[in-house]
Amino acid sequence: MLPLIFGVPIIQLVILVHAATLEMKSIDMYVVDNDLSTMSHKLLSKFEGSPFYNISGTSFSIDEANKAIEENKADFILNIPRGFERNLVSENECSVQLLIDGINGTTASLINAYSTSIIMDFNKNIIVDLTKMASIKNSSPINVETTFWYNPELNYKIYMLPGILVILVTIISMFLSAMNIVREKEIGTIEQLNVTPIRKYQFIIGKLVPFVIIALFELFFGLVIGKVFFNIPMVGSLPLLFAFTFVYLLVVLGIGLFISNISSTQQQVMFIAYFFMLVFILMSGIFTPTESMPMWAQRVNIINPFYYFMRVIRMILLKGSGFWDISKEFFSLLIYAAIMLSLSVWRYKKVE
Amino acid sequence: MQNITVEVNNLKKSYDKVEAVKGVSFSVSKGELFGLIGPDGAGKTSIFRILTTLMFPSEGSARLLGLDVVNDFKEIRNNIGYMPQRFSLYQDLSVEENLTFFATIFGTTIRENYNLIKDIYVQIEPFKNRLAGKLSGGMKQKLALSCALIHSPNILILDEPTTGVDAVSRKEFWEMLIRLKEKGITILVSTPYMDEANMCDRVALIQNGEIMSIDTPDKIIGNFGSKLWAVKSRNIYQLIKDLRSLDFIETVFPFGEYLHVTSKTGSIDIEKLQSILIEKNHTDIHIQEIRANIEDCFMALMK
Repeated sequence: MLPLIFGVPIIQLVILVHAATLEMKSIDMYVVDNDLSTMSHKLLSKFEGSPFYNISGTSFSIDEANKAIEENKADFILNIPRGFERNLVSENECSVQLLIDGINGTTASLINAYSTSIIMDFNKNIIVDLTKMASIKNSSPINVETTFWYNPELNYKIYMLPGILVILVTIISMFLSAMNIVREKEIGTIEQLNVTPIRKYQFIIGKLVPFVIIALFELFFGLVIGKVFFNIPMVGSLPLLFAFTFVYLLVVLGIGLFISNISSTQQQVMFIAYFFMLVFILMSGIFTPTESMPMWAQRVNIINPFYYFMRVIRMILLKGSGFWDISKEFFSLLIYAAIMLSLSVWRYKKVE
Repeated sequence: MQNITVEVNNLKKSYDKVEAVKGVSFSVSKGELFGLIGPDGAGKTSIFRILTTLMFPSEGSARLLGLDVVNDFKEIRNNIGYMPQRFSLYQDLSVEENLTFFATIFGTTIRENYNLIKDIYVQIEPFKNRLAGKLSGGMKQKLALSCALIHSPNILILDEPTTGVDAVSRKEFWEMLIRLKEKGITILVSTPYMDEANMCDRVALIQNGEIMSIDTPDKIIGNFGSKLWAVKSRNIYQLIKDLRSLDFIETVFPFGEYLHVTSKTGSIDIEKLQSILIEKNHTDIHIQEIRANIEDCFMALMK
């Protein structure tokens, strides 16, 4: 069992961090160039020069292009109309069309953003080229320079790894603890324990300690892998992270033991734990910022332990937040832990 | 009776609509080996679970060592050893680890009470590093008994300890119980095996949640009202049918290779019965008067 507890999450971590990326590495574009001019070639070469794009086909017919999207051979169409160059030179104005496959909204908006920025860039240079006037170059008074703090290259792995680590640590500790008491009920050992003078809180603490240790080791291994394989930054204090994790584990294990106490078979535990786990993970903000969720969802997140840890692990590791920055989450979880553990102690019945 | 250790008064227990224990009363003296004898589903386990404070009674009361099972259950737990029907030790811990674990929970050590479990533990000590789940049935029982004794309880409650255990181990187990009794431990034991009743000081015959009779095994047998005959022939099935059709025969129950038969008149003319059976084409007929055993009494009481 022990090799499983440690081996499986580590494999998951390495695989998932690579898989759960929202970066677009190869966008299949389909080109419909009806102009075939120097300008249109220049625009195309801008796309080709980018590492993200990959021309999957060209044609003069927009219908054929649409067919390629329908057959999933292309992610979007770049449609350059006839007279592109002429209009640009004569009227200083022209248009191109982007047709994006909107099945996956996130991908679509990313393609839109990338492609628009390429066209904007092309636009800027073309004005300079066409007018050959230095004054124009200086004519834009506001120049926006974007810098991304805490993750300057917007490296998705740095963002995802802590999030996935949260999920793995939580799943391991919640399932192990939730299965534990109910297993004792199923094989009958709880009977032998219940006739002993052992106190309820002693019993719960006895159940808690091994899982806390296992989960903290799990986090430690995950961080080592993050450092060695993905070189994730660890700006903040690691002891603070572990201290926060300890409080977090009390909550998760409290929930697990509570589920175990109210169930009488391992199957019931599976269903209950799986239900909460799925809802909590998807609402935790691993992929999407919780702030953009509807108000009711944000309220539900108050009881979502993932939500707190997901924020805090990223804050500590990537941003270097100190104790006072995370104190709200810390004390919220402390209260949560007290409630859950009291509930599990209360619900553990030694007498029927 | 003096030195009453366990006192049960009109105990009742219902599960939803089923009434498992229907008003049971008995008392057990100190150092007595008390047997609860009855078939599966008679309510033995329910009574024991109430006595071990695993379950509250629906009605009635029970006191162990003067302590009430509802109000003083914490105190009771320090003073009883319980061996559930199902093997309930940690199968993934070794023999020694299990024993150490339960000793620790009771705040004691193996060494402190070693003299009490010594007789039993020496038999499993050669396997002390073996996982409990890998022991044979008899060994498991010995380990479970050791664990139940490790805190030197005043009362030992054993729920069907010999069910599913081979004949030799069963005999050994009862010998161990008798030795423990001699050390002054009060023992309550339940069993579906009628032959084990003779090992007890007193037994309660229980059926459908009610006690039919409580007495020493000898007295229960002595109270068996009528005489009893054992009858046997080649074709036992036909024999049952033929005997039941005879008007002077009261009951016919199969016991092993013999049929135990009682008569309405209280006597049977062996020669007459033999000739009747020969007429009905029975061969190898064997008839003799016998002394009743506990099972006969049980059958008679069940009517």
